Amino acid sequence: MNNVVPLTRLMQGNEAIAEGALAAGARFFAGYPITPSTEIAEILAEKLPAVGGKFIQMEDEIASMAAIIGASLAGLKSITATSGPGFSLKQENLGFAAITEVPCVVVNVQRYGPSTGIPTASAQGDIMQARWGTHGDHPAIALSPASVQEAFSLTVQAFNLAERFRTPVILLADEVIGHMRERFVMPDASDINVIDRKKPPAGLTRYYPYKPDEDGVPPMANFCEGYRYHVTGLVHDESGGPTTKADQAERLIKRLNDKIMDHLDEITMTESLMTEDAEIIIVACGAVSRSARRAVKQARKEGIKAGLFRLISVWPFPDKEIKALSRQARSIIVPEMNLGQLIGEVERVVRSETKVSGINRVTGEMITPDEILNAIKSEI
Amino acid sequence: MNNMPSNAEKYLRMEKMPHIWCPGCGNGIVLSALVRAFHKLNYDQDQTVIVSGIGCSSRASGYLDFNTLHSTHGRALAFATGIKLARPEVNVFVLMGDGDASSIGGNHLIHAARRNIDLTVVIFNNSIYGMTGGQYSPLTPQDNRATTAPYGTFERPFDLVELVKAAGATYIARGTTYHSAMLTKLIITGASHKGFSVIEAVTACPVSYGRRNKMGGGYDMLMWQKEHGVPIEKSRYLKPEEMKGKFLIGELHKSEAPEYTEVYQQLIDRVRGPIKGE
Ligand SMILES: Cc1ncc(C[n+]2csc(CCOP(=O)(O)OP(=O)(O)O)c2C)c(N)n1
Ligand code: SF4
Repeated sequence: MNNVVPLTRLMQGNEAIAEGALAAGARFFAGYPITPSTEIAEILAEKLPAVGGKFIQMEDEIASMAAIIGASLAGLKSITATSGPGFSLKQENLGFAAITEVPCVVVNVQRYGPSTGIPTASAQGDIMQARWGTHGDHPAIALSPASVQEAFSLTVQAFNLAERFRTPVILLADEVIGHMRERFVMPDASDINVIDRKKPPAGLTRYYPYKPDEDGVPPMANFCEGYRYHVTGLVHDESGGPTTKADQAERLIKRLNDKIMDHLDEITMTESLMTEDAEIIIVACGAVSRSARRAVKQARKEGIKAGLFRLISVWPFPDKEIKALSRQARSIIVPEMNLGQLIGEVERVVRSETKVSGINRVTGEMITPDEILNAIKSEI
Repeated sequence: MNNMPSNAEKYLRMEKMPHIWCPGCGNGIVLSALVRAFHKLNYDQDQTVIVSGIGCSSRASGYLDFNTLHSTHGRALAFATGIKLARPEVNVFVLMGDGDASSIGGNHLIHAARRNIDLTVVIFNNSIYGMTGGQYSPLTPQDNRATTAPYGTFERPFDLVELVKAAGATYIARGTTYHSAMLTKLIITGASHKGFSVIEAVTACPVSYGRRNKMGGGYDMLMWQKEHGVPIEKSRYLKPEEMKGKFLIGELHKSEAPEYTEVYQQLIDRVRGPIKGE
């Protein structure tokens, strides 16, 4: 009975990601060990065979990314987990998954970089890599958990979005969330919403693998289930066959982006803490938002009208929501564990209407609540 | 296409013709050997997957009416590993060029061989990077010309057969497009073998290789294959000096080893078994 997870217990973030994957129906993991993500592989190596799933340690991260795409095409919900250097190696095939519209989940437990950096130190240096890491114009969905509980629920959500929109989804965690242990409540299986890919109806005389429904998402037949078709990273027409025709190329690339951007209401997830009347608003994601929460609560105690706007989905960037905040706030502060990535997006949306300033830390340590509180006070 | 089964169209996506290959290119001959092999093997096309990498040769997947995946340069085996492990019951073929398989994909090649995963791999060896216009590959013979070897190649080439043998492949063969009936047979035997099967198909790229190395056109290059490919049975009667500059063709290695997906299924059965700690 050692597979039964107690309902409430202390759990590590990486373990919650592994459990979330299983709860979402993941039955395939391919990966290559790298701190601080390795526990996800270790746990799934143990648990996947127990549910009839497959785990494979590939020869590198490029191969891992390729293997999960292959397994997903063959019908299994698939996931890989890595950190900075490995995330870089996955980029080419991540783009392949985007253009071929193969659902899969890529976990990046961010660590300090560039390069080998400080493997055990936390950072948020991959926010832009999660958006623009692979070449060419492509859609991107990235979710950023701020607690162990959320590491679980967002992993489920990452699979749901991947399956719903036929696209790779990035779970953009960080070392703090991956490695910390806190109270975790396992939801009842019946309370977990699991979405599976939309399949074409049986008995079609011809299946067009890239002919979208009205929502821009083409129904997906798994390999070897009766519809034979071609999958290629070349620009392709609705039959899947390569084409270099200008209009077809444009139609494909625009649709890939539109199928995400037309459904922001299904994708965007944010949390607002005391923002209604806030004059000073912190915009943060991941581990840093925990410090921000403390800082905002303390500021309120001291009578300062501060609020926290937390990005749960980092990509697509919540332009509309940030724009609304900028109309109300006098000052927006963006704390992040990098030299300024999120802030660029905030500034893009806000233009110069509201003051935007950053708190940046590249010491490998968390930004503390006091640092954020001090920044809030300096805006009074 | 000589010797094609009369129902070759059953295996081809005729609507994707004409193919992209140059006149005199050997890739069409390898494709027809594959079609003849599929005809003989009589696999259910719905239950067969063909994965390829990137290169002229890798375009073959697009012309074959199966579940086909034209993947990224060098990574076909890693994609195929995911497919085969996810669905061990289906037949998985992998088509790659020599650069695709042995250079950018070299790491995946040795590890797929080490795992002895049940894939049938056909490597189109034209001794060059065809698609990008004639740069040298790890299989370009020494002292050849390539666009990136204007003074001749001086790197030592791989022997693909020895490479995958050392890495653990359990079926290894080499054929040529001249000996196309033999090539068909080797593909059939390789596909029927349970484990990692590699069939190197020596083929001609007159446009990006032959021309630059004064080997003539497609026909001349086929004749070169005829003269230089020595069936392994025949080689036993030849002296070492008679083998100089020539290469062996035929079934070159066969061994038995546990197959990866079968071992994994045993692991699943063991883990899920009712009695723990047996
Ligand atoms: C990552 C990456 N690097 C380089 C290329 C460019 N490229 C395309 S095909 C090719 C080599 C093809 O040679 P080979 O694999 O021998 O196949 P052939 O074209 O000769 O059949 C290269 C270098 C690419 N597509 N992707
Ligand atoms: S470049 Fe060479 S390999 Fe490519 S199609 Fe032409 S002849 Fe064939």
